[in-house]
Amino acid sequence: MTFEYAPAPESRSVVDIDASYGLFINGEFVDPFDGQHFKTINPATEEVLSEVAEAGQADVGAAVAAARRAYDKTWSKMSGKDRAKYIFRIARLIQERSRELAVLETLDNGKPIRESRDVDIPLVAAHFFYHAGWADKLEFAGYGPNPKPLGVAAQVIPWNFPLLMLAWKIAPALACGNTVVLKPAETTPLTALAFADICQQADLPPGVVNIVTGAGDTGRMLVEHPDVNKVAFTGSTEVGKAIQRAVAGTNKKLTLELGGKAANIVFDDAPIDQAIEGIVNGIYFNQGHVCCAGSRLLLQESIADEAIDSLKRRLQTLRLGDPLDKNTDIGAINSSMQLAKIEELTQSGEDEGAERWSPECPIPDKGFWFPPTVFTNVTQAHRIAREEIFGPVLSVLTFRTPEEAVEKANNTPFGLSTGIWTEKGSRILWMANKVRSGIVWANTFNRFDPTSPFGGYKESGFGREGGVQGLGAYLHVEDPS
Amino acid sequence: MNLLPTRPLTDTSNSGLKAFLHGLPGVDAVGLEARAATLATRSIKNESKAWAIDTAISMVDLTTLEGMDTPGKVKAMCAKALHPDPTDNSCPSVAAVCVYGDLVTTAREAVGDRLHVAAVATAFPSGRASMDVKLMDTKQAVADGADEIDMVIDRGAFLSGNYSKVYDEIAAIKEACGDAHLKVILETGELKTYDNVRRASWLAMEAGADFIKTSTGKVSPAATLPVTLLMLEAVRDFETKTGTKVGVKAAGGIKTSKDAIRYLVVVNETVGEAWLNPDLFRFGASSLLNDLLLQRQRMTTGHYSGPDYVTID
Repeated sequence: MTFEYAPAPESRSVVDIDASYGLFINGEFVDPFDGQHFKTINPATEEVLSEVAEAGQADVGAAVAAARRAYDKTWSKMSGKDRAKYIFRIARLIQERSRELAVLETLDNGKPIRESRDVDIPLVAAHFFYHAGWADKLEFAGYGPNPKPLGVAAQVIPWNFPLLMLAWKIAPALACGNTVVLKPAETTPLTALAFADICQQADLPPGVVNIVTGAGDTGRMLVEHPDVNKVAFTGSTEVGKAIQRAVAGTNKKLTLELGGKAANIVFDDAPIDQAIEGIVNGIYFNQGHVCCAGSRLLLQESIADEAIDSLKRRLQTLRLGDPLDKNTDIGAINSSMQLAKIEELTQSGEDEGAERWSPECPIPDKGFWFPPTVFTNVTQAHRIAREEIFGPVLSVLTFRTPEEAVEKANNTPFGLSTGIWTEKGSRILWMANKVRSGIVWANTFNRFDPTSPFGGYKESGFGREGGVQGLGAYLHVEDPS
Repeated sequence: MNLLPTRPLTDTSNSGLKAFLHGLPGVDAVGLEARAATLATRSIKNESKAWAIDTAISMVDLTTLEGMDTPGKVKAMCAKALHPDPTDNSCPSVAAVCVYGDLVTTAREAVGDRLHVAAVATAFPSGRASMDVKLMDTKQAVADGADEIDMVIDRGAFLSGNYSKVYDEIAAIKEACGDAHLKVILETGELKTYDNVRRASWLAMEAGADFIKTSTGKVSPAATLPVTLLMLEAVRDFETKTGTKVGVKAAGGIKTSKDAIRYLVVVNETVGEAWLNPDLFRFGASSLLNDLLLQRQRMTTGHYSGPDYVTID
C-alpha cells in the first residue's frame, strides 16, 4: 500500500445556515422592500446553501440613512477609547467563532478549509485587533493633531476573500469613526451576514455597520448614493473604472484595489526549494483567485529548465478536491462564470502557441473545478501574459539580466505586487526600487499582515489598506499614497 | 550556476569541495520552516493512520545509548525490538537495534539474523578522537556483528572549513565498513544553519554515505521537521543527479505517534513513496515506540489502554 490520505473532512455541524437571509440595516435583519431574493451555492457541489435578499434602491437608501443617523448621533461622537472597546469585542468574537466562520467561508467560496482556517480567519481577527488599537491613538498616526472621520463609507468587496476583504474595509472605517454600508459579492454573502450577527452579539450601536446583499446593480446604487462620503472598492479593473467615473465630480473620497498581473522573479542564486514553494503559493493559493497572485513567473534563463522540472514535480503533490477536507490544497473555482473566463483565457494561451501542462489530477463530477496549470514558451505578447486570469494558471517567461527582469515585470498596465527571489540582498533593494508595484515580496509571496499597507499602482488602483497608511483612507487628510 | 551541482565531483581537495559545497543553492529559513509547518497540518485518519503507525514501527532503530547500558538492558531491548507488542503477533518488528560498540556482540546474539544491529562508532557522540581510533572502533563493531554503522562527522573540521578532512574520514570509514551500511550523523544541532545542513548532507553523500542522519540524540535540538525536510530535499536532488538513493534517519526528540506521522508525510510529499520503507527512512528513537504501540492498540481495540499495557524496554 502507498500512503493515501483517508478523507479528513471538517465537520459542517458547526455552521447553522438559515434558509433565507434579509438585509442587515440599522442593527436588524429586514426583508428587502420588493421581496427579491437570489440563491447562493456551494461551488464545490452546486448545492444551494441559502437565499439572500437582493437590495434595491429603497433598501440601499434605508441602509445609507441608518448609517448616517448612527454616524451623526452615536459613532462620530463616541470617544476613540469606546469605539476601540466595540472593535476589540468584535475581534474576540471572530476568534471565538473562528471554526464556524472558516467552515462557512469554505462552503460559500470553495476555498480549502486549510486556507480559511489558517489564513483567512486569523487575518480577519488580526485586522480588527490591529485597528481597534488605533481607535484611541489617531492623533499620533501622523495625520495632524485631531484627525476627523469622513462620514458614511460605501464599501463593495469581492468574492475571493469574502470575510478578509470585509475586515480590510470595515475595521479601519470603524476605528477612524466612520459608519459603513458594505455590499459583499453576490456569490459569497454568507460570512458577511454571519459578521452582521457578530455585530449584534457585540452590541454594536445600530446602523454603524449595515450589510446589503445583491449583485452589481446594488453595488452601483450604493456607490452612486449621494449621501455617502467615501467609496472603497476591491474588485475588477473594469468595475473600478466605472466606479471612478460615477464618483468623478462628487466630494466622495475614493480608494480602489483592482486587478494585477504580478511578476514572480526568480534569479539563478535563489534559495530554489523555497522559491518553488513561493511560486506554488503565489499562483495556486486560493485557486489563483488573488489579485496580487504571482501569475507571471520570470525565470532566469540559466536555471529555467531545471526550475520548471522542479515546479512540475512539486505540482504533482497538490491535492485537488473537497474543500472541507483538511488535506485539500486546491479547492473549487468560485463560480461557473469565473470558470468560463479561466477556460477562455487558457484556450487563448494554447491558440497563441504557448505550451500547456497540468499534473494528472482527478476532477470531481459536480461543481466548478480547474486543475493547476502551467504555460511555458509564453511571450509578453500572449494574452495569458497580459490579462488577469484570476485562476490557477501560471505563465512562465524567461529573462537574462536583472535589467530585463525589471523591464518585463513593469511591462503591464497593472502594478499591484512583485516577488523577488535571490540570496543577494543588494539586488533585492535595487529591484524593489525599480519595479512599479505597490507590494514587493522578497524571498516570499502572498504574505499579509494588518500592519503592512496593501495597494497598487496604475490600473491596479490607488489608496492603501492596512498599516498606518491605510488609516488615511478613512480620515480627512490627503491621500497618503 | 546550476540549481544542482554538476556531476561528477572530481576534485575532492579542500578547495574543490569548498567550491562544490558553496555552489549549492541557499536555504531560506523562513520558507523552509513554513513549508514544514504546512505539511505538519496534514490530517491523517483511519486506515491511513493505521498504515502509517505500522510503517513507523517498522522504521524504528530502537536505541539505547547510555553509560549505564548493560547486557541485560540490551537483551531486554532486543526482545522488545523483535516483538514490540507481545499481545499482538500482527505488530511488525522494528528495523534495527542501535547500541554502543561494546554491546554489539550481546545484541547480535539476542536478535540473531532476524534484525539489523546498528553500532554507533567513530568516538560517538563527539567524534573527538584520532582517525586510527575511529577506524578501529568501526572495524571492531563490524567484526562483532554490526551490519549498520552510525558514525559522527567531525563538526569542528566542518565548521572550520576543513571539508576534505570530513570527506576523507567518511570515505575511510565507509571502506572500513565493508558490507555494513554506513549512516553518517551530521549533528545538525551543532551545524546551526540550514545552509550548513545542506552542505554537510551533500558532503556525506558524495563521500559514500548510505544514510544521512540528523543527530546523535545527545545535542539539542536533535531532529526537527524542517531539518529533516531539508535533508530529504538533498537526497532527492542527489538521486536526480546520480540515480543513487540515499536514506535519511531522523533521530532524537521524536516522541509521539503524531510527530512520527508528520515525518512520514514530509517523506511522502518530498521524496515520494520509494522512501517510505525502512531501507530508506528510519527513526532513531526509544520512547517513540511505546507511543506508537499505544496508538496501534487504540486503533485495533477502539479504546486507549495505558503505559502499563506496553513493555518498558
